[in-house]
Amino acid sequence: MATTDAKVQPTTGAADGRSPIVNDFSITVATINGAGSQTANNTLLRAIHKMGVPVSGKNIFPSNIQGLPTWFTIRVSKQGYLARSEQAEILVAMNRASIQEDIQKLAAGGICLYPVDEPLPISRDDLTWYPMPVNELVKQSGAETKLKPYVANMVYVGTLAYLLRIDLTEIEAALSYHFGGKQKAVSLNFATVKAAYDWAAEHCVKQDPFRVERMNKTEGTFLIDGNSAAALGAVFGGVQFVAWYPITPSTSIIDNLSEFLPRLRRDADGNATYAIVQAEDELAVIGMVVGAGWAGARSMTATSGPGLSLMSEFAGYAYFTEIPAVIWDVQRMGPSTGLPTRVAQDDILAAYTLGHGDGRHICLIPASVTECYAFGGAALDLAERLQTLVIVLSDLDLGLNLWPTKPFEFPDQPLDRGKVLSAEDLDRLQGAWKRYADVDGDGICYRTLPGTNHPAAAYFTRGTGHNQTADYSERPEDWSANLLRLAKKHDYARRIVPGPVIDPAAGAEVGLISYGTNDLAVQEARDLLNATGLSTAYLRLRALPLEHCLAEFITQHRRLYVVENNLDGQMHALVQLHTPADADRIVSIAKCDGLPLTASWICDSILVQEAKEQI
Amino acid sequence: MTDMTTTAKPEAAAVNRIGLSKADYNGSPSTLCNGCGHYAIANVIINVAYELGLDPTRIAKISGIGCSSKSPAYFLGRSHSINGLHGRMPSLATGATTVNKELVAIGVSGDGDTGSIGLGQFKHLLRRNVDMVYLIENNGVYGLTKGQLSATADLGQKLRHGGINETPPLDLCLEAIIAGCGFVARSFAGDPKQLQALLKAAFSHRGTAVLNIISPCVSFNNGEGSTKSYVWGREHEQPLHEIEFVPLQHDEIKADYEPGTIREVVLHDGSIIRLKKTGQDYDPADRMAAIRLLEEERVGELFTTGLLYLNEGRQTLAEQAKLVALPLVQLPNEKLRPLQSALNQINAEYS
Repeated sequence: MATTDAKVQPTTGAADGRSPIVNDFSITVATINGAGSQTANNTLLRAIHKMGVPVSGKNIFPSNIQGLPTWFTIRVSKQGYLARSEQAEILVAMNRASIQEDIQKLAAGGICLYPVDEPLPISRDDLTWYPMPVNELVKQSGAETKLKPYVANMVYVGTLAYLLRIDLTEIEAALSYHFGGKQKAVSLNFATVKAAYDWAAEHCVKQDPFRVERMNKTEGTFLIDGNSAAALGAVFGGVQFVAWYPITPSTSIIDNLSEFLPRLRRDADGNATYAIVQAEDELAVIGMVVGAGWAGARSMTATSGPGLSLMSEFAGYAYFTEIPAVIWDVQRMGPSTGLPTRVAQDDILAAYTLGHGDGRHICLIPASVTECYAFGGAALDLAERLQTLVIVLSDLDLGLNLWPTKPFEFPDQPLDRGKVLSAEDLDRLQGAWKRYADVDGDGICYRTLPGTNHPAAAYFTRGTGHNQTADYSERPEDWSANLLRLAKKHDYARRIVPGPVIDPAAGAEVGLISYGTNDLAVQEARDLLNATGLSTAYLRLRALPLEHCLAEFITQHRRLYVVENNLDGQMHALVQLHTPADADRIVSIAKCDGLPLTASWICDSILVQEAKEQI
Repeated sequence: MTDMTTTAKPEAAAVNRIGLSKADYNGSPSTLCNGCGHYAIANVIINVAYELGLDPTRIAKISGIGCSSKSPAYFLGRSHSINGLHGRMPSLATGATTVNKELVAIGVSGDGDTGSIGLGQFKHLLRRNVDMVYLIENNGVYGLTKGQLSATADLGQKLRHGGINETPPLDLCLEAIIAGCGFVARSFAGDPKQLQALLKAAFSHRGTAVLNIISPCVSFNNGEGSTKSYVWGREHEQPLHEIEFVPLQHDEIKADYEPGTIREVVLHDGSIIRLKKTGQDYDPADRMAAIRLLEEERVGELFTTGLLYLNEGRQTLAEQAKLVALPLVQLPNEKLRPLQSALNQINAEYS
């Protein structure tokens, strides 16, 4: 045990003589779900971020309100690697139920903080141990019973702050941010942080190499979760109608809309320029959203896998009747209820082809909170421009965890309301318009909205077969002409959806293709691969339908790897379909275990494939 | 419902008060079976819209799937229409009317669409009190799939394909009252005079007005013994009252009712329904009385028509949402995007 009477600042080196490890490690905080550790964890995260050091946090939590084990991992990385790392070097072991496994998983040379009263089930001689007097300090805090678990978590915040040299003023500032400046809560928590810090200063001899040092790599950025960013994007994107039904992990998009819309979108009399309706199920949700879209409003919902399944009939209907609507699908693990609080990218195929019969949907795939904000508005624009359903494929990791972003930019384009004819337009056209006639050659037709005061404005919207004038038709030529036009519209969409982000590498034979939150792990993996002598180019997809430059990228490289977080290689299948002649050169690197992908797994998986190439 | 009178032009007799002829309210030629009750209902809708002088461009027809749901094609051709999914008309109507509260929404559904697959959406729409007229064209049978039993099929009813029904029917009027609907009426496609008066009143009601209309299916459910047949309907219909509707803008119709036997109900827009008592002393504002009546008729195998329940006191969904005065869909873009300063403020709060 490392407990002594030392009162000095911890030395920078480890007892075993290792050099300092600065701003390059991961912390796992193991707690019991419902014990209020989020405040403590986000406080650490924000404090390190404010010290200018790149940092990310991931809440690996159970589908449970109280009692099951939960983990929060904080990755501190001077290089700016914010993906999950495979192993943590620092463990805060606050949960008896998981402590044995948690200790076993800790990296060699790591450190373990634990409550001093907690009997350790196993020991490892390659770790450094720091017991914390949690109960004693909680008692000293004088906190009332219901606040005690929260205060207990502040003990590890203070101890870590001492051991890692996290600035106490930044901890206090982070607490103040968290509690919205409520001084009583800040004081109670910070007093315990300070007490733990002082206790550690007096009793702990620093015997490990880990520490945080100020940098300037986070200046001009702030932390926000993807669901909040998505909601803000929608608010500034002019959303008018929101219907929803609670489902993890999408609900906080609605929570944020319910906070920001009343604040930002009421007139001087306090009346709303939007409506939010909680529906009885997802069937009703999507019906309301489609009904509002048909009537001319920018409409959206947020859901996750099981909800998306229920929306499938209306999704096909919106495609065929050409009604704008937006669904945010914050992906979690399926099939079925799956693991509702764990991440996956497993709705790619389902979302793209949602509904029966022919038809494909526009999908946007954000990789960062910055893109969540941007796509919040872009999805509404594209839905109205293309008169169709747009599905945004976010995921739990992006939606619920805090990520850095530069301040959000005010949209530089006006809202795109698409091709809508007014009564004046109809006068000009002398009433001669056909709802489903492709006048402009882009497959997108002109629509009118209910309530348009013109005798020729009305048309009959139907999910049944129809001709250009929206009349019922069973004529084979009408059916095929309509579906071909819809396919043409989908092709046109390739030109206006957010294009891929390409990072070429001169002379590289290997091209990596990925999307969404894999981005950070892929970028880090490329550095790891480079270190082994393998140079890679990288294309990050941001939308479906797939865009023309993907085919170019594929022809430019000999071996292609599609990296994704599902078992079936869903995007891999779409990429192969997009370039069938090259299909045998495109390899799936896919995994789904409920956790975000790591750079080392991606790197190792690609090296295994590359080794096969050598043979 | 909102009255949409704009300008009252005194014109020749062939046009109504907004200058439209009756033909302007027609739809496409019908593809329903000859003699279908839905025909009669379509004609009543045309008559009522014409006589009230409703502006067809302000009407939205919303329907689900089934014979009834196809029928909006056959009336009000100048009105936008959306023929949606089976049982999902209520959700479409909820979205459309919330974002455009000036729309006069007519939902058209059937007994399968509302009572079977769509019962959940039906009841939740009533809970929310979406401002619309909700027509159930009730024939107790699935017509488009050629004769299966629906949730309103009679107990013991025998259908060629459906077999004998062993499951008791749902009474959609009772379901509506229990769900909190403020206007619940029942009528019969074979009684266009009553239906017309009820439909006019429904248009004047603020909130959801449910009209459950027994509409015989001549192809699959018009046999003797079926309570949804013309014969049974004519023999067993028991009107609660004779109904006269007096629109606000028109000169009062001189009723020839005996004083003391007439009850007048003033609707929110000032128009009046006159209910002439035909026997029992019935108060449509009494929810328990309505429920009792429906239970008694179930036992007595009668079917009462008329205005069963009326409560104009509830807020509509659009009212609960505290929306701006203009319909949301008419707001200019600048009202939909907050200012740059608001974004700057939010960026600062997160920093």
